[in-house]
Amino acid sequence: MSEVIGGLFTSHVPAIGNAIARGLQDDPYWKPFFDGFHPVHEFLARERPDVAVVFYNDHGLNFFLDKMPTFAIGAAPEYWHEDEGWGIAFDRPVPGHPELSWHIIEEVVASEFDPVTCQSMAIDHAVAVPFELAWPGAEAFPVKLVPIAINTVQHPLPSPRRCFDLGRAVGRALASWHGAEKIVVFGTGGLSHQLEGGRAGHINSDYDRFCLRNLARDPEALLQHDSLDIVELAGSQGVEILNWIAARGALTGSVRELASNYHVPISNTAAATVLLENSATVHA
Amino acid sequence: MLPFSSADPAGKRVIPGTPVFDGTAASLGYALNAMCYSFNSKANRDAFVADEEGYMARFHLTAAQTDAVRQRNVLAMLAAGGNVYYLAKLAGILGLNVQDLGALQTGKTLEDFKAGLMAHATTETSGTVERSIAA
Repeated sequence: MSEVIGGLFTSHVPAIGNAIARGLQDDPYWKPFFDGFHPVHEFLARERPDVAVVFYNDHGLNFFLDKMPTFAIGAAPEYWHEDEGWGIAFDRPVPGHPELSWHIIEEVVASEFDPVTCQSMAIDHAVAVPFELAWPGAEAFPVKLVPIAINTVQHPLPSPRRCFDLGRAVGRALASWHGAEKIVVFGTGGLSHQLEGGRAGHINSDYDRFCLRNLARDPEALLQHDSLDIVELAGSQGVEILNWIAARGALTGSVRELASNYHVPISNTAAATVLLENSATVHA
Repeated sequence: MLPFSSADPAGKRVIPGTPVFDGTAASLGYALNAMCYSFNSKANRDAFVADEEGYMARFHLTAAQTDAVRQRNVLAMLAAGGNVYYLAKLAGILGLNVQDLGALQTGKTLEDFKAGLMAHATTETSGTVERSIAA
């Protein structure tokens, strides 16, 4: 029987990819952020997951505004990262898991969701950077990917409640999967940041701490705001917390926090990395 | 609605200093964003650098969009429907990172914009809080 072992929640700032490409992990500016991944590496080395289900948003690599899905689920045998306009393309291919993808698609459609399904899909920094952070180096990735893209680019965005419920439906799909895989769920993006307009540079540590405080034990607290409330609170890109909310929804067991790192600033972003453990049993 | 925002005459929510990229903006900005989307390819970035005017014409940018690009005016690009995720690809060609963009949009020097970010500087790991002070 498959097992959802936990969730990794992390910022996906393109500059992190640039720092990886240039080997700046120990640079004083970057070290406090990269150090947040030590417990993640220990967890992944210990648990050895077979599959990563990743909730993220595409920033104009796979999807243009001509066809903009609210939710899209990859069902490809392989995914790849490409140049997004600044010349960095991580060259490790990411294997897919089409059978599990289609199982998830069946479950979420049965749960009244209507995702776009993609048998060919480029993944942008929102998947590639977290993968490079989680499994640094040059070896082949040890996991298969199921990417689930949420529109956080073009309003109207799905509501936080809708994203959480999508995560719940994915969680049910993972629970009913016949395979024996160990599965880790990713939510990428955030925390507070805003790149554009007169409020560019906006950071709201109070809201970020509210999210970090409640993510494990009371994620429904994050559903009290609608998507525009989150834009106001966390900035227009801070709304990427929707990916975290969906990923948290997919953790349906007993959840506890193993590690949390909040580091401001990385580029224009309040960066964070959180590792949650998900288990069927309640801890003493 | 949170207290910071208000409603415009049409009832649409307005968040100060925060363009909301909705259907109106997406329609208005389609040509500019389509051009920026093309910059995922290095060959297209090179073609833009070689002939900016010709490249903009190929994508049928509006007069306002063309002027905004000519003037490197980020706020005008946003007003003409540009989406920042797409504009970031143009900014890369122009040698600007998101902090340069932030400074340009807020009328600050780059140093002041970075100082504004550093004013929030903190590292909080697993419940421990270490405040770091901007140098």
